[in-house]
Amino acid sequence: MIKVLFFAKLSEQLGTRELLIESNNIKDTEQLFQHLLKYQADWSGVLNSQIWLKAVNQSMTTKNVVLNDGDEVAYFPPVTGG
Amino acid sequence: MISVQKQDFNQQVEYNRLKSKTSIGAIVTFTGLVRDINQDQRVSDLTLEHYPGMTEKCLIDIVRQAKARWNIIESTVIHRIGALTLSEQIVFVGIASQHRGDAFAACEFIMDYLKTQAPFWKKETMESGETKWVDAREADQQALSKWNLENKC
Repeated sequence: MIKVLFFAKLSEQLGTRELLIESNNIKDTEQLFQHLLKYQADWSGVLNSQIWLKAVNQSMTTKNVVLNDGDEVAYFPPVTGG
Repeated sequence: MISVQKQDFNQQVEYNRLKSKTSIGAIVTFTGLVRDINQDQRVSDLTLEHYPGMTEKCLIDIVRQAKARWNIIESTVIHRIGALTLSEQIVFVGIASQHRGDAFAACEFIMDYLKTQAPFWKKETMESGETKWVDAREADQQALSKWNLENKC
């Protein structure tokens, strides 16, 4: 399974904070994102509405990353702490 | 010391903790507060969300990179989460060094890095009752760029 997390504005707009997705057919983060676009009817609109940041196993990356069972992928808006 | 916490922090306690060694000749601290106005709108309070686990890892990495660049004897980063009202303390960065140059630079570096890399998100409640997620600022990205970072969180 791949654990998918959403934070802040993105989790509000999707109405979900956490998902577990069967990893059999998902090889990398690009395939995961394509899967999420179709996960629910209105998700493609939200996910394509702006640039979201991505972290794989709690490290931010802009690359397409190969995924393995047990990995954690998070999507979130640009950060605004401090 | 690094802490992500709901409770408030005490300046004197944190200052005393930084002032722990006789080799320390300079302490610089920064405190960020909840401001009453943002982008011309009156703010009444805010909520801070974070990514448990990654946020702490990121703060540890920020301090590690600061220590690689400057002579730091003691350091403290505290960031609060949850609901905060006007004038409440949000973030504290304290650096103790032999000399002020290292302490000033490291403190600014940590804040610039934290604001653009550490996974925290602010949601403001306006005086009108409307709530709004705060947008990231281009000025913060520009502030970070002057440090020529190789690795980010």
